[in-house]
Amino acid sequence: MVTLSIEALRIDLGGRAILHGIDAEMRSGSLVGVIGPNGAGKSTLARAVTGLLRSSSGRVAIDGTNVRAFSPADLGRRIAYLPQGQTVHWPLTAERLVALGRLPHLAPFSAMARADRDAVERAMARADIGGLRDRVVTELSGGERARVLIARALAAEAPVLVVDEPLAALDPGHQLELMDLMRAEAEAGTLVLLILHDLAMAARFCDRLLLLHQGRLIADGDPGAVLIPEYLSDCYNIRAWTGTIEGQAVVLPIERSSPPGAAKLR
Amino acid sequence: MSSPLPKRLILIAALAAAALLLALASLLTGPTRFGSGEIAAILAGGGDPVLRAVLLELRLPRALLGLLVGGMLGLGGAVLQGYLRNPLAEPSVLGTSNVAALGAVIALYFGLAQAHPLALPLLAVAGALLGLAPLLLLARRAESPLSLILAGIAVGTLGGAGISLALNLAPNPFAAMEIMSWLMGSLEDRSFEHFWLALPCIAIGATLLLWNARALDALTLGEDAARTLGVDLRALRWRLLAGVAIGVGGAVAVSGAIGFVGLIVPHLLRPLTDRSPSALLLPSALGGAALLSAADIAVRLIPTADSELRLGVLTSLLGVPVFLYHLVRERRLW
Repeated sequence: MVTLSIEALRIDLGGRAILHGIDAEMRSGSLVGVIGPNGAGKSTLARAVTGLLRSSSGRVAIDGTNVRAFSPADLGRRIAYLPQGQTVHWPLTAERLVALGRLPHLAPFSAMARADRDAVERAMARADIGGLRDRVVTELSGGERARVLIARALAAEAPVLVVDEPLAALDPGHQLELMDLMRAEAEAGTLVLLILHDLAMAARFCDRLLLLHQGRLIADGDPGAVLIPEYLSDCYNIRAWTGTIEGQAVVLPIERSSPPGAAKLR
Repeated sequence: MSSPLPKRLILIAALAAAALLLALASLLTGPTRFGSGEIAAILAGGGDPVLRAVLLELRLPRALLGLLVGGMLGLGGAVLQGYLRNPLAEPSVLGTSNVAALGAVIALYFGLAQAHPLALPLLAVAGALLGLAPLLLLARRAESPLSLILAGIAVGTLGGAGISLALNLAPNPFAAMEIMSWLMGSLEDRSFEHFWLALPCIAIGATLLLWNARALDALTLGEDAARTLGVDLRALRWRLLAGVAIGVGGAVAVSGAIGFVGLIVPHLLRPLTDRSPSALLLPSALGGAALLSAADIAVRLIPTADSELRLGVLTSLLGVPVFLYHLVRERRLW
């Protein structure tokens, strides 16, 4: 079991408060979605949780220890992170790329051990990329690439997995496939923190949603309690249809809730 | 993991064997010829004293320096291409080569080089270390390798301007000629003193650079992902800058500026590896050692009217066509 707690977190970048007053606690085995309009501070939250950003005040802690207090490798074994729009700078094979996920586990100057190779195999099996093993990552299709990159993050076998907008540029089939994978990871006991733009996917797959707007946590709870007309209008400036079709939650934006320019007049 | 280890071992063994054989060939190249009997006598501790001096005091340091300098240039190029994730990178990209050369030119300009044989290489190493200071200062604050490249260009330009100034103010054409000729790079007439000066510099530099193998692999995924994979980017930058300045500074100090080896060797060898930065480090060092040894043999074999062909001239003259051919043939570069 692992507990990730965000305590009165405030992050300033370039003299501007990007996040303030964020409080949330999350535990193993849940799929937590972070939603909010562009510029709400979602990616900043992901980078703060992974220890990449120094907080101005407050902190992010894993089981009571500040993430910034761990050594880099120590933290790498606890939190795996897949940044938004991950680039791959060298044409590595898929297997070699997934193996990079084991770096925090390797002892200095030693090669991969049996256990590391096994973890790589497990990660590739979970992401179902065994067939892509010897393919060059930079030559894969968007869907294949997304799965290989996820497998890299899974290979760390960290109790916390933070993934920033993995659905961008994926077709609906691959989006469902990726969300199923995230769901399965959460059910296997990982705490999965997912930054999402697609509200329908968030409603359908996540146990819990954190809604950010202008650096503040507006709502935190069940998808049904967060994706309500009032919040959607206030944060996204949209009116949406919410409901279920064949038992699956659906959120469908209908129109902007105020006509262009109206927001400025208020 | 189909079986990457044997393939990698074969590559390393082949390159090591090539470097060693070329160094041996370098020992036997030159106007004085050796029979196997004479070599055996010299190795046994006897033999003709003149032949002995030629082999052990002229040829041997030259062959060893060829290995050291070539190895350092190859390794430096591979590390910098990995760190900057840029196929244009070579050891001189951080300006080290130019400021080291400026140190050497100062020694030549003020006649210190005639006063003591080690004044020139020592000043070159001092120049490389001084050139490191602004980069280290910047590396403490900057996150992006791009600002390092820019600072490197600035430092290198300053070094180049200093060299031009020395040529500009040279009291007579012969002084300018001496500077020009040193700048073209050579391993001619080097002694064991040069070797013992270069060895610690290159050993320290190479150690600092080889240390980064894993961090360079992690950087394949960019800075943020690398940090979450346990890489301390600040420590990495520090080791890298210090390693390049000390190692490449030491190499330039004893050989002058030898271009293109650091750029071409990683490119030629990358297709033979799994293309991860770490897999390229040792092969590039060995490949650089082999390539420079071969070039140093060639400058002695190519007949010229007066002095030997300069090493730096040859590496660029032969390197560019090979490199262009490689560019045309390779589907992907990196």
